[in-house]
Parts: sequence; C-alpha cells; structure tokens
Amino acid sequence: MEAFSPLTATLGGILIGLASAVLWLGNGRIAGISGIFGQLLPPAQTVVWRLVFLVALVGATALTALAFPQIGVGGAESAQLATPPAAWSLPTPVWLIIAGLLTGFGTKIGNGCTSGHGVCGLARLSMRSLVAVLVFFTVAILTVTVTGIV
Amino acid sequence: MATLRLPYLMTAAVSGALFGAGLYVSQMVDPLKVLRFLDFTAIPSGGWDPSLAFVIVPAIFVMFVAVRFGRRRSAPLFDTEFHEPEYNKIDNRLVGGAVLFGIGWGMSGICPGPAISLIAFQPDGLWLFLAAMLAGSLAGGLILPSGHRRRLADARR
Repeated sequence: MEAFSPLTATLGGILIGLASAVLWLGNGRIAGISGIFGQLLPPAQTVVWRLVFLVALVGATALTALAFPQIGVGGAESAQLATPPAAWSLPTPVWLIIAGLLTGFGTKIGNGCTSGHGVCGLARLSMRSLVAVLVFFTVAILTVTVTGIV
Repeated sequence: MATLRLPYLMTAAVSGALFGAGLYVSQMVDPLKVLRFLDFTAIPSGGWDPSLAFVIVPAIFVMFVAVRFGRRRSAPLFDTEFHEPEYNKIDNRLVGGAVLFGIGWGMSGICPGPAISLIAFQPDGLWLFLAAMLAGSLAGGLILPSGHRRRLADARR
C-alpha cells in the first residue's frame, strides 16, 4: 500500500493551478484536457496550440520524472494501468477499451473532465461544473466499490 | 491568426509543461494511486489515500485567484477575449456525460490529463486506452453539433 503524500500532492496541485492560470490569463482558454484532446482533429481550427500544449505536457512529465525519480511512479517505479478484477473475468484490453470509450464519450457530451470542470469550472464558480464534479466523483467512487477493482 | 503567434503558442507550451510537471509531482499520473483515492471502502481500515483532494483543492484555489484577477481585465494578454463557456444550463447531456465519465474513471483510474501524461512512461495498454478515448470523443462529437448550437442560442436569450 502506497502512502498518503500530502506534500507532493499539494505542490503538484499548485503547479496544475498555475498551468490553468497561465492559459487563462495568457490566452483566455480553459485548461481542460478532454477538450484540448478532443478537438485535436479537424474541423477544429486551433489545432496548433492544442498540440503544443499536449506535447509540452508529455515532455514535462518525462523531464520531471528524470529530475526527481524518488517521487514515485514514472520515476523510480514503473507505471502500470489497472487490471480488471478477477471476478469479472474480462481480458484487460477489453476492460481498458470500455473505460477509454466511456471516458472519451462522457467527457465530450458532458463538456469536461477533472481539469475542465474540476479545476477551472469550480474556480469560475460554474454551477454546471459543480454538478458535473459531484456526479462524476460519486459515480467513480461507486464504480470502484461495485467492481472491487482496488 | 492570433492563435498562431509565438507568445500565444509559448503560453500554451508553458501551461502544458506546468500541467505535466504537476501531474508527475502529485503522482496523479499513477492510475493505481487515483483508484486508492476513489476506493472509499478502504476508509474504515485506514487504507484510504486522500492525496487527490490535496491536489485538486490548491489547484482550484490558484485558478480561483487567477479568474478573480482576470475579471478586472477586458481581455487575456494574447487574445481578444476570455473564452468562457456561455452555456450555463444543467441538462441531461451534462449529467449523462458525467455519469459515463465517472464509470470509465472508476474502472481505470485514468482521466484525460493523466492519460496524456502517461505517454511519457508508456505503460502496457495505454495506447489502447487513448485510442478508445479518442474514438469515444469523436462518437460524442457526432451527436453534438446541431443540438449544441441550439443550446448556445438558448443560453444567449
């Protein structure tokens, strides 16, 4: 069991907050990853900045992991995805495809994810985001309980 | 086009880089750690990991201050307007989308930000997840356009 890590969590949270603040005050854009990712393909006209943002995101993840490997997964520990609970007897690829489809579809029609609704929306005091956040956190917690995936 | 100017793209790069660093430092890049937050059944035994709350609260606070600051300005530095979502009705699509996303998130511990940042580490199965996420997003887009425009028109009334 990995330990609770309040210090790195808070520091990381501040960095994510700054990321959102920079994009908002600089370009007037919401740093919602599902939106930035979901509009990478045409007909979106603003593909370039979205691509730049995502490439920088991946690059910085890799670089911070190299610089501070002791923090954990991705650094000293290798990253791995969750495997489906044995009781469900589903192959891992099938489980991941279902989860990915639901994540992509749900964030598209619901206009946001943990970053767009969770960070930016709540900071803007958006009622829509508050409802979305309460719903997806509750459903995710129930899903973990029902599937017994942890 | 304003969005192709260098300062605009540099801002996007700095923001993306801060975001990626934040995801690694906070360890939200680890789906298993996220799942340990979502597993409330572990609370009685003391095995629950509340870290995610310690990530999202300061992130919201920093952004809240930035939004407050932005309200006093008519435009961001490198564009002519703040692209604030105009539609503000709580509808079935919002709630339905959040339910479906909640199921996907609970199954995997991966939300879109970490999904992208995990490309840095390429765990087994990631590309499959990303391809499915993109397909899901495209499928969602197919049912959006006409209704979305109508809702925006409604919102402006």
